[in-house]
Amino acid sequence: MAWRRLIIALLVIAPILWLLAFGFTRDARYITSPLLAKEAAPFTLTLFDGGQLSQSDLRGKAVFLNFWASWCVPCRAEAKELEAAWQRLRDKNVVFVGVAIQDKEKDSRAFLEEFNITYANGWDESGKIAVDYGVWGIPESFFIDPQGRITYKHVGGIRAAMVTAKLEEASRGIVSAREGKEDYQPIR
Amino acid sequence: MTATLGQTSIVLAFLFAIWGVVSPILAYRGHSERYFAFTRIAILAQFVLVTLAAAALIYGLVTTDFSIRYVAFNTTRATPIYYRVTGLWGALEGSLLLWEWILIIFSGLVAWIYWDRQRETIPWVLMVFSIVSAFFLGVIAFISNPFETISPVPLDGRGLNPLLEDANMMTHPPLLYTGFVGLMVPYAFAIAALIRGKLDEAWIVATRRWTIIAWLFLTLGNLVGAWWSYHVLGWGGYWAWDPVENAAFMPWLPATAFLHSVQVQERRRMLKVWNLSLIIIAFSLTIFGTFLTRSGILSSIHAFSSGPVGGVFLVFLAVVLLGSFGLLAFRAELLKGQPEVDSMVSRESAFLLNNIVLVSALFTIFLGTIFPLLSEAIAGTQVSVGAPYFNSVTVPLFLLLVFLMGVGPMIAWRRASWDNLKRNFLWPSAGALIFAIALFFWKVRDFLPLLGFTLLAFVVLTIFYDTGLALRARRRIAGEGVFRGLVTLARRNQRRYGGLVVHLGVVLIVLGIAGSMAYSVEREATMSLKEHLNIGRYLVQFEGLKGSQQPTHFRVEGSFRVFHRGEEWGVLSPALKFFPNQQSPVGRAVHQSTIGEDLYLILSGFSELDKNQATLKVLVRPLVVWIWVGGFVIVLGTLLAILPLGKTPREEA
Repeated sequence: MAWRRLIIALLVIAPILWLLAFGFTRDARYITSPLLAKEAAPFTLTLFDGGQLSQSDLRGKAVFLNFWASWCVPCRAEAKELEAAWQRLRDKNVVFVGVAIQDKEKDSRAFLEEFNITYANGWDESGKIAVDYGVWGIPESFFIDPQGRITYKHVGGIRAAMVTAKLEEASRGIVSAREGKEDYQPIR
Repeated sequence: MTATLGQTSIVLAFLFAIWGVVSPILAYRGHSERYFAFTRIAILAQFVLVTLAAAALIYGLVTTDFSIRYVAFNTTRATPIYYRVTGLWGALEGSLLLWEWILIIFSGLVAWIYWDRQRETIPWVLMVFSIVSAFFLGVIAFISNPFETISPVPLDGRGLNPLLEDANMMTHPPLLYTGFVGLMVPYAFAIAALIRGKLDEAWIVATRRWTIIAWLFLTLGNLVGAWWSYHVLGWGGYWAWDPVENAAFMPWLPATAFLHSVQVQERRRMLKVWNLSLIIIAFSLTIFGTFLTRSGILSSIHAFSSGPVGGVFLVFLAVVLLGSFGLLAFRAELLKGQPEVDSMVSRESAFLLNNIVLVSALFTIFLGTIFPLLSEAIAGTQVSVGAPYFNSVTVPLFLLLVFLMGVGPMIAWRRASWDNLKRNFLWPSAGALIFAIALFFWKVRDFLPLLGFTLLAFVVLTIFYDTGLALRARRRIAGEGVFRGLVTLARRNQRRYGGLVVHLGVVLIVLGIAGSMAYSVEREATMSLKEHLNIGRYLVQFEGLKGSQQPTHFRVEGSFRVFHRGEEWGVLSPALKFFPNQQSPVGRAVHQSTIGEDLYLILSGFSELDKNQATLKVLVRPLVVWIWVGGFVIVLGTLLAILPLGKTPREEA
């Protein structure tokens, strides 16, 4: 009799404990972006060279949009790869846009100089663009097709090969089913 | 030096805790009765050592001994002494030490108070204390150590999280911990009763006062948390159904259920298994709460530091649940043969229903809290449920509870006669009905608030009516007037009248919650100098901004002149505090309370200091002040119930 009760107690308690233990295997703050296949949010970015860049100017081109900060380690790791990818693809119908967030302007400029980055880069001082794109950890990259739809999102550092492949998909309007995830640093 | 002292004390205390667990087992195995006495020595030694360790850490914090890592991370040289002391529970390691300290104070009190009484039970009770204490001491000594040193010693510390620099820091965490730990006393007596197989009412009678005290602290801990949220966090609310808030609230539900259902066991010897289960669940939930806040498995607005302790707490939770319920299952044979409920219309069934409602509320809140985990485990995507879920599910349950609060204390035990019902409920029901009609014609037209206010009136009327009848009886018997009669009644039956006063306090809290939930209004506007905005009966005029450098932060304050129905009320100054280490400012909302409603101002932004433009959020929240008054009434009621005031301690629930 006692054993039967013991087993019942175990059957009730064990799943709860298992569920709580399962909690350790996942990241509570990670939320799948609902932005895939949606219209990319419009923005106007003040570039470090003084110019302005509007999202509407980018229509007709496949866009690689990258959020970064000078203090973020994975951003440093991917910086060279991104510049290399840009050098290889710049003659194709693509645009690279870098957006510095949660950073000091001076530090951002130093970062760009250090890695000799030549594609368009601007400063999202108020953080509005980052909020519109639901940026959750940096680096975070978005791929936008010529019609202005988001086709792929990548949280964390990204490799040049991936950038090339996903831009190819974006230019053909192919939307990825899932977003990608690498090493990242959470933003506040 | 300080660190070594603290560290050594903790390790020694840990060894004593192990000894306290082992010695009653040795005694039971027939080695020697003397081993039973060692459980006391083990507890008292732990008490001395842990107190020493806590004193060492406080000393380190006050003297800003930055060679201790914990001190360096939680104070700065500029931190006022008050917040240096509260730094003891400003982060994980210190909180665990505080918890352990309170735990061992409770254990020491039990060991001391029962020095000569209950010689058979107490060694086992103390063993349970030592088990829990050994766990905490083990975590403190080996996993999350507040006495870890740092080298090189930094010149200045990093400082407390700015949100914790608030006067309530002194009250909220210790109150809540005391409530959590207090539940351990009835739990330990319950486990001791299970171990010994003596499952009569003795453990319930022995722990009655302890349970009430734990319940009081738990209630106050939650209320002060709500107060803190309302006054400091500056979002205009006091409860957000955040996982961490739920973790603090959940033990309250089985504890409240337990407080009521033990009366049924005392009176009718029913619900034995139920009561044991309730207290096991309540205690497990206190461990679960710590696990939840420290494991980081759910995302919360409360940014607690999480670390490796999450896993350890889960293991301990498993031990507590499986051990306790295993023991209960093992003793199930002894718990058979209880009387049945005689009638559905009786006090025991009212209490039973009260228990079912409380446990249902617990279940729904638990489910909502862990829902993100559940949905990810089953469906693969994380979905969290927010305030709307909790509100829509719990509000009906809590309204039913309010109704039962009116019925329970007045209905007869065993089987309520028609006369009993008519005598106790006819006039209060009629009064509540008239009240409802009056409210409806005044302006309360929505169903839920109308029902809520009516039920509250019903509870108040039942209490006043019953007390009125008793006073009339006193006048007939002894010729006592109203005041004298009240004193006699309260002293003759402290527990009953204390309980009724607590119920009145709960009525006030529900009144505040219902009013502020149903009738709050808010407006937000950006204003230039001398511009104003209207909200309800108020007019708020912007008078300018000023900035000032404070010891730990830069403060920007907006001045707003407030008019109520055209009459000037004075100036309110909500502020934003900018801490050097924080990216976003911390708001300091201000509010003006009246008995009817609170006017609540939040400075949400400003352009530039000299441009004199500010964005202000204004809320009018009716009846909020009654929540805090209710808390005060609950304290009074609890004191009335437990203080030794009466000459004849005749217990009649």
